[in-house]
Amino acid sequence: MDKQSDFAIESSVDFTAVERRLGVSRRTFLKFCTGVAASFGLGTKAAYAMAQAIANPGRPPVIWLHGQECTGPTESLLRSEQPSFEHLILDLISLDYHQTLDAGAGHRVEEIKREAMKKHHGKYLLVIEGAIPLAQNGIFCKIGGQTMMDATKEAAEGAAAIVAFGSCASWGGVQSASPNPTGATGAPQFLQGKTVVTIPGCPPNPANFLGTVLYFVTYGKLPPIDEKGRPKWAYSRLIHENCYRRPHFDAGRFATQFGDDGHRQGWCLYKLGCKGPETYNNCPSLEYNNVGGGVWPIGVGHPCFGCSEQGTGFNKPMFSLAEVKTHTPPNAFPNIADRQNPTSSTVVAAAAVAGVAVGALLGATAAAGKKLDGTQAEAGKPGDKGA
Amino acid sequence: MSHHYEALDRRPVLTPFFLLMVAIAAIGTIFLITRFVAGMGAVANLNGGYPWGVWVIYDIVVGTALACGGYALAVTVYVFNKGRYHPLIRPALLTSLLGYGFAGFGAFVDMGRYWNGYNIFLPWHMNTHAVMLEVGLCVAAYILVLFIEFSPTLLEWLRKQTGWQVRAEAWRKLLDKGLFFFIALGILLPTMHQSSLGSFLIAMGYKVHPLWQTLHLQPLLAVLSAFTMGFAIVIFEGSLVTTGFKRHPETHLFTGLGRIMMGLIAAFLAFRFGYLILMGKVGAMFAFDLGSVMFWIETALFAYPLYVLASPVMRENGKHLLYAAVSMILAGSLYRFDGALITYNPGPGYSYFPALPELIMTVATIATEIALYLFIVKTFPVLPREAHATA
Amino acid sequence: MDRRNFFKTSLGATVASAAALAAGGVQARPNLDPAPEAVGMLYDATLCVGCKACVSKCKEVNGMPPVPMGQDTHADFALDLSAKTRNVIKIHTEGKGAVKDAAADGFAFEKRSCMHCVDPGCVSVCPVSALTRHPMTGIVSYNKDACIGCRTCMTGCPYNVPQYDYDNPFGQIVKCEMCNQKGVERIDKGLMTGCAEACPTGATLFGSRGALLAEAKRRLALKPGETYAYPRGDVRKPDSFHEKAVPGYQKTVWGEKEAGGTNVMHLSAIPYDKLGMPPLGERSYASISEGVQSTLYSYLALPVVALGGLTWLVKRNTSGEKEGGAE
Repeated sequence: MDKQSDFAIESSVDFTAVERRLGVSRRTFLKFCTGVAASFGLGTKAAYAMAQAIANPGRPPVIWLHGQECTGPTESLLRSEQPSFEHLILDLISLDYHQTLDAGAGHRVEEIKREAMKKHHGKYLLVIEGAIPLAQNGIFCKIGGQTMMDATKEAAEGAAAIVAFGSCASWGGVQSASPNPTGATGAPQFLQGKTVVTIPGCPPNPANFLGTVLYFVTYGKLPPIDEKGRPKWAYSRLIHENCYRRPHFDAGRFATQFGDDGHRQGWCLYKLGCKGPETYNNCPSLEYNNVGGGVWPIGVGHPCFGCSEQGTGFNKPMFSLAEVKTHTPPNAFPNIADRQNPTSSTVVAAAAVAGVAVGALLGATAAAGKKLDGTQAEAGKPGDKGA
Repeated sequence: MSHHYEALDRRPVLTPFFLLMVAIAAIGTIFLITRFVAGMGAVANLNGGYPWGVWVIYDIVVGTALACGGYALAVTVYVFNKGRYHPLIRPALLTSLLGYGFAGFGAFVDMGRYWNGYNIFLPWHMNTHAVMLEVGLCVAAYILVLFIEFSPTLLEWLRKQTGWQVRAEAWRKLLDKGLFFFIALGILLPTMHQSSLGSFLIAMGYKVHPLWQTLHLQPLLAVLSAFTMGFAIVIFEGSLVTTGFKRHPETHLFTGLGRIMMGLIAAFLAFRFGYLILMGKVGAMFAFDLGSVMFWIETALFAYPLYVLASPVMRENGKHLLYAAVSMILAGSLYRFDGALITYNPGPGYSYFPALPELIMTVATIATEIALYLFIVKTFPVLPREAHATA
Repeated sequence: MDRRNFFKTSLGATVASAAALAAGGVQARPNLDPAPEAVGMLYDATLCVGCKACVSKCKEVNGMPPVPMGQDTHADFALDLSAKTRNVIKIHTEGKGAVKDAAADGFAFEKRSCMHCVDPGCVSVCPVSALTRHPMTGIVSYNKDACIGCRTCMTGCPYNVPQYDYDNPFGQIVKCEMCNQKGVERIDKGLMTGCAEACPTGATLFGSRGALLAEAKRRLALKPGETYAYPRGDVRKPDSFHEKAVPGYQKTVWGEKEAGGTNVMHLSAIPYDKLGMPPLGERSYASISEGVQSTLYSYLALPVVALGGLTWLVKRNTSGEKEGGAE
């Protein structure tokens, strides 16, 4: 990275304004942006771009819907720090409608939502939190007399981008588990044909939401996502792949009961039903919500239960064995045909020696043959039996 | 008897060729020491799939077959009473003794736990089903028998040494009384273990290529080819001695041996092809993979002597006899190498080619045998007296 | 004897020996039966997750250090069985190698360790009885004090299991002895094998050969997709079960009949040859080989008769020669 251009970008950011607005120091702010950029796998340039975008926000309007859920995503988001996140989120975006955080209530707020959607049609960011019940025309979840089905459909209509935040919104969450009486459904399944970025997790890691939104703010588009709508930067790897207990798995060291020797020594929790081997998330590298000190399920000695993985969390028994979806690192398994052969580099020389030896035999034969040519057996031909 | 055989004692032992052989043997000795100090892995390319490399397959399986000259001639002379071949027997016994002696030595070098080697002689350890037990005991016994069979030569030499004459004569008389039994044993033992060297391949099962895995026929094919190689090596060795020492050719004797060889090769090929055809392995013959190519090279090497020896004209020509013999030696050797090493396939991923030190040790063994042969024929009365051979 | 007689005799002898061998082939002993209380293991490749717990436990039980990769010692990097490894998990991959136990673009695990053959080739070919099959348990074990290091067992094993330590001047053969060798004796103590105990999924299941074979056949009778509670540990008294959908198994149990059967049996969803299993028929090579050997050498009858005949012939043919004819 070119130092000159770094400086140019850095000088283009009005840090005094940022410091005033967000209540963070320039140093803390840049550190934050660099950290977010790094978790995307992007360089310093992106960090500065991000800083620039945040310092001079277009403040995209945000409509935030709640469906069937426990408000866990919002609650965890509110508790995120570095910098104190409420400042950032409130100043970074224009949060026009959020049922939990709005000071107002009732028809007035609903009115504001409709006005905002009309005014910013095609420009606002729609965040969906919670599942959408489809059974019996969605009567199981209503806000202001409007079902979640209708509210979602209506809001999705003019949204520039849609983010499903949390497992409920991403794939239905706990209420979608069998028998699912309310027909709870995730936003991507409900909004067929629309691109929905999903940030699953129960609760989801706020960092994954924040990073995605910052990307949107910075570049005006959504980050690369997988077939389930999950941003690849956060969800492309199994927990098992980056888990710091993984060496114990590879070496066959397992905790078999809570509190046993292996558990105390921090061995792999696979035998206790850890779903890390089938769950895509970045918990091992980010841990949970900047709490620090190894705080995340596996970090505190509990098997991962696959909260973010459709078909795993709330679907598979807590202590049942996970399906191991990866066998990386690949070099850890020898192929069927790999053998412990001592390979000597001297085989070429050996082949030469063998050639010389056979050559000597044939040479001697030819030489002797030449001398013998014509030595007929006349001498002892007629029955000299028993001579 | 001393008028039958003579030592080439007027010829110098320390010829440049002899010294070359000694030099090769010396290099081999360095690796031999390495093998015992650092383990086999330090000098050999043996591995989990190829536990037997050139040491076992050349030094023992091929080496003892090449040392069948004594056996083949003993059968001809003593069982079929073909006394005229008698002049050939001492050099043949010498090559057999050297070949088997060094096969025994090779077995010891290759033996991973040689300090336990005597267990093979302890009845409570013996596993009578094991081919290896039969081979081990038989080869050990045969080396002893060969030494006894060869001992008249040594006694003849000893008799000429001052102070030993009386004792040598007494021993000779004693030996004469029982020698016929040892000769009989010297015919039985190679029949047993040469067939067993074929039986080895049965237990290897699928690892042996279908063209070589003849199961119940293994012992027969092995002993037939070893027997034939015995005649071939007599012709080969005799021809080289003739030209090397500028002696009178023994072609008239070789012609007779050639005729026997012809029958044996024909029998071998008939049994082999008959079995392969009966077992429906014709497809494998024409697969034109490594196995099939080696099979046809081998068959060509078997067929060439058959072609030469079938012609009464060529059969009486020293050069053609020698070429036929060498072709037979190569055929028999390749038959063993192919089955047990070249087309031997223990499964995917295994490979073997001898390491340089490994191969040099084998070459050094051959060099040692040649050097010892030269030394012995120049010291002891081994070769037939000239006038006798061409009588 | 003239030439004509010579050929007649040789031909006669050859035909006679060939006939003896052919007859021997017919009379050869059948495959051995399983030992009366044969213990074994069932390795279900579809349950294996490649955690290598079995490899690690095996090393621990046998006091063998892991095989490092260069300086890297954090896990066991053994490529195959060797004098340092009695048990190893290997992988078969095809195409992209993405889907477990799928035939196309799939991968599958395979456990390599001694199969403890019912009619073991290694035992049959060992000249000094260093390898033995236990009369009750059928466990094939090794005695290094008897072994002469000839390595015939390695050629006689259809699975290339016995491994000689080439790098040691005083090397020995190393192979799985079902955790029951001197100093370990887990089976005698009523424990199960280390690998079966460590296996988190029950992919390696311990038990009697009969119970394991029954369990294997039970699995083969299930419909793919059905849920089945897979036992873990000892099939006769499992410590726990775990439920899993039944995969599309190959329709045979490897080791039920192959070369006389094995006490360690395998199940797989992909063809066994892809997992490196050798091309074996039902007949054990040991039985064929021993058939030939016993035809030729039973009670040394044939050799003794032959020796008698040869002695007579040689004596007759040398008696006429007064001097020096005998050597």
